[in-house]
Amino acid sequence: MYEFEYQKPKTLAAAADVLKKKKDAKLMAGGMTLIPTLKLRLAKLSHVVDLAGMKDLVGIKATKAGVTIGAMTTHGAVAASAAVKKAIPALAHLADGIGDPAVRNRGTIGGSISNNDPAADYPAGLVGLGATVVTTQRKIPADKFFLGMFETALKRGEIVKAVEFPIPKRAAYMKFPNPASRYAIVGVFVAETADGVRVAVTGAGGCVFRVPEMEAALAKKFAPESVVGVSIPTDGLNEDIHASAEYRAHLVTVMAKRAVAAAIGG
Amino acid sequence: MTDMSIGRAVKRTEDLRFITGKGHYLDDFSRPHQTYAAFVRSPHAHAEIKKINKTKALKVPGVVAVLTGDELAADKIGTLICGWVIKGKDGSPHKAPPHPALATKKVRYVGDHVAVVIGETLDAAKDGAEAVEVEYRTLPAAVDTASAHKPGQPQLHAEAPNNLCYDWEIGDRAKVDAAFSGAAHAVKLQFVNNRLVPNAIEPRAALADYDTGSGEFTLYTTSQNPHVARLVLSAFIGIAPEHKLRVIAPDVGGGFGSKIFIYAEETVALWAARKIGRPVKWTAERSESFVSDAHGRDHVTTAELATDKDGKFLAMRVNTVANLGAYLSTFASAVPTYLYATLLAGQYKTPLIYCDVQGVFTNTTPVDAYRGAGRPEATYVVERLVEEMAAKLKIAPDELRRRNFVQANEFPYTTPVIHQYDCGDFQRAQREALRVADVAGFAQRKADAKKRGKLRGLGYSSYIEACGIAPSAAVGSLGGGVGLWESATIRFNPTGNVSIHVGTHSHGQSHQTTFAQVVADRLGVPFESVEIVEGDTARTPFGMGTYGSRSAAVGLSAVSKAADKIVEKGKKIAGHLLEAAPQDIEFRDGKFRVMGTDKEVGIAQVAFAAYVPHNYPKDLEPGFEETAFYDPLNFSFPAGTHVAEVEIDPETGTTEIVNYSAVDDFGTIINPMIVEGQVHGGIVQGVGQALLEGAVYDADGQLASGSYMDYTMPRADNVPSFKVETIVVPSPLNPLGVKGCGEAGAIAAPAAVMNAVHDALRAVGVDKVEMPATPHRVWSAIRNAKKKAAK
Ligand SMILES: Cc1cc2nc3c(=O)[nH]c(=O)nc-3n(C[C@H](O)[C@H](O)[C@H](O)COP(=O)(O)OP(=O)(O)OC[C@H]3O[C@@H](n4cnc5c(N)ncnc54)[C@H](O)[C@@H]3O)c2cc1C
Repeated sequence: MYEFEYQKPKTLAAAADVLKKKKDAKLMAGGMTLIPTLKLRLAKLSHVVDLAGMKDLVGIKATKAGVTIGAMTTHGAVAASAAVKKAIPALAHLADGIGDPAVRNRGTIGGSISNNDPAADYPAGLVGLGATVVTTQRKIPADKFFLGMFETALKRGEIVKAVEFPIPKRAAYMKFPNPASRYAIVGVFVAETADGVRVAVTGAGGCVFRVPEMEAALAKKFAPESVVGVSIPTDGLNEDIHASAEYRAHLVTVMAKRAVAAAIGG
Repeated sequence: MTDMSIGRAVKRTEDLRFITGKGHYLDDFSRPHQTYAAFVRSPHAHAEIKKINKTKALKVPGVVAVLTGDELAADKIGTLICGWVIKGKDGSPHKAPPHPALATKKVRYVGDHVAVVIGETLDAAKDGAEAVEVEYRTLPAAVDTASAHKPGQPQLHAEAPNNLCYDWEIGDRAKVDAAFSGAAHAVKLQFVNNRLVPNAIEPRAALADYDTGSGEFTLYTTSQNPHVARLVLSAFIGIAPEHKLRVIAPDVGGGFGSKIFIYAEETVALWAARKIGRPVKWTAERSESFVSDAHGRDHVTTAELATDKDGKFLAMRVNTVANLGAYLSTFASAVPTYLYATLLAGQYKTPLIYCDVQGVFTNTTPVDAYRGAGRPEATYVVERLVEEMAAKLKIAPDELRRRNFVQANEFPYTTPVIHQYDCGDFQRAQREALRVADVAGFAQRKADAKKRGKLRGLGYSSYIEACGIAPSAAVGSLGGGVGLWESATIRFNPTGNVSIHVGTHSHGQSHQTTFAQVVADRLGVPFESVEIVEGDTARTPFGMGTYGSRSAAVGLSAVSKAADKIVEKGKKIAGHLLEAAPQDIEFRDGKFRVMGTDKEVGIAQVAFAAYVPHNYPKDLEPGFEETAFYDPLNFSFPAGTHVAEVEIDPETGTTEIVNYSAVDDFGTIINPMIVEGQVHGGIVQGVGQALLEGAVYDADGQLASGSYMDYTMPRADNVPSFKVETIVVPSPLNPLGVKGCGEAGAIAAPAAVMNAVHDALRAVGVDKVEMPATPHRVWSAIRNAKKKAAK
């Protein structure tokens, strides 16, 4: 780790101020991504701005219309939340499949989506459910939030406050984990919502994406067999020592099929 | 027999301090005025070092020194050694090019040591290491095992043309060839035995201290064999005369072989400590461990088995190219030769075996012994061949094995590849394994799995290993540079409690418990009053350390022998106390008694008398302490049958191990709970090799699997609850009849799992999947088989 200054501001405004004034300042939420990066000396920061003190950012609120999860809410809290399990069990299941208990007890939804790792789970959940990201400056629909590999719509100094999830009719998330890291090699979130069917894929490409062909087929008939014949092109898919693009494309179809089956079954 | 005797599942007495954070691991040690070392490591697999510029690094605040290979050489510090010389087909010794602790002209693998920076703090050392400017001229790298010795490859060492360390053979090629040409059936397989990264939970570390007054060095290090480390560091590397070097290996968090070897880091730390006159501490970070701990396995093999018309084995022919990495590590040369090819008979009466091995240098991390060391590779060869032969002949694989087993009444049995098996009952172990694994119910389970869309397969591994390493004369005759005996001192204190000083070293094997059980049992002293002292050259007799499942078979034999001496001495003292002749004294349950009388004296009283020898006869020496050295008569030969049952999801290629059963013969069992734990751990490592783990280098020699993001360690949910049983055929060759259990799981499991995977996949036309059989590989194999069938 290189030396940096640690700050723990009391308000979001104060935090945003540091981010704007100091070029090499970064927010820290759970630190599950940030701290390893620092320890490996992959980043050299002037300031680490810890959000840990901000109680307003922690918590889950459920209404008839939807569930709002504060940015500093941990994966563990989402996984264990009775409200989330009741309203959107698929989301609780997704959170429960992130990393290991230690990671789930520190890592946060705000940190996860702001980081936008191409193999992270939450991006599929947000896009699959048509969620909205609430920041210190505006509201951003999930479809417009995740822009590319480790890239989001967040501007400098903009901080995620919460995520608003509408409640779907039914939904499920199926993840095929990387055997080593257990991030998603492919994760598919399928939801039947008030605005139609959404199929969001993480892990397969550089950034979460939707599969319109599957959505159309499922809109006609919400059944596993509807997606079996739909295969996605391999162009632009990730390739690494764990999975070829071809395998990933295949897994998208398999995981989508299983997600639909789970959504119907559960 | 008490609850603490031999054979009882005594709880591990070391666990309380380990699990409450009170163990003393290397990084827990510090010395006054200590400094920290950070290594500058090569980012290239192969490059010339044109220039090393220290200027910027020396200006970094807190940097104490920047030292390079030229200075090391100028101080006449020798290069790292390989302690076993292999003679090739033409009788010439293997090529052992210089292995400097800090590279001088060239770097030969990613992670190779270029310079060391000593800092007041670890951060200062790391900042300094980043500031060292090294100018490289990169060279093409030889990375691939199979082709490294073929013409036209980049050359690593001038001393080893074509990157060939040796071309070695065992067996009579002509006879084997003749047997093949006359055979009714033959199978031929080609496969890779995948390279593994050891991944002990505690990374390697060294803390070197030089006493400028006495001229004595103390090295705290994560070693499985501190005396061997001292010997090599003094006699060969030339750090200090042996009596001026003390090596301490405190609690060590796992080794699996990787902490046998004498590495660059501890060598450099010692040298640097003297140079700067302050203690130097180095602790590997996990990413350093990945590139600098000696790796394991990495073979490319072609293997053939010939049988007569009834499936009786006639001959085996094997060629292996073994990747030794960039330099020869401490015992690297022996692993793919004498620890490997000598096990190719397995449990079978194959009359003719030929194997040749090309040991090759590549631009990769050095490869050396890793849990099982050669024997998992041999078992994989034998058991994959047997399974494929059974499929070809349409004979049940267990039946084909039975037709060829060495029978219980045929011991001692001499194989065509050197070893003489002392005892065993392979058929009984197999029979029990079939029962434990409920093989009879497999067909039904397979049918049920099919209904769920899963492919179910069953695989056997009837392994044998040579451990209890090893009779010194045998080792010497095969090129080994050391003896492999073991030592023990039993020291009674005047108050009757006992310290046992041994040359072995526990880094997960629970010597504190099992050794105390043996001593309590043999000498009738309370278990709680026995202390095991290990891991410090100043406190223990010279010993060879712990690896090759030798601590029980060899180390406890030394303890047992020392106990015999204690009893002999005790009889003399007791005779004196009881006014009887020593030969009239018998010893049982901790008491010396005049035979046929009730006159007796306890061993604690005897100890007291030995240390307070008022009115002691002239010819009796005071003191109650005995030392024994034990050189084994032979290797020991644990063996057994493991049965793995897998289910494969053909849609994703995921393999799940649904059942795993093991029946092992480890000879006498001292603590069944600890044995079970060793078997469990071994199986998990074997499962890791079969399904999960694999060190992957890209074509440029970069380690693509250099962290846990990409290197798959087995986790609890990768394995089922194991069913583990033992049969006991005591070894007639050592006092306790023990054979060793540390490696069996890792030796047996890869073949068992992969045989099950192949069994499952045969149904869909797949004939080969390499280890690790990852979902991607299995899925690809299924898809390719389908494509082929469609043509
Ligand atoms: C061993 C391990 C396994 C993991 N496995 C998985 C997995 O299976 N699936 C998965 O999805 N993830 C996985 N993760 C990542 C984990 O989910 C992290 O929690 C997550 O990536 C980052 O969350 P964090 O709260 O720790 O954020 P931090 O590490 O603190 O921050 C991450 C980034 O987000 C920024 N940031 C944080 N909060 C905000 C905010 N409110 N507004 C704007 N920017 C912000 C930070 O500046 C930083 O750049 C794993 C991590 C580890 C260490």
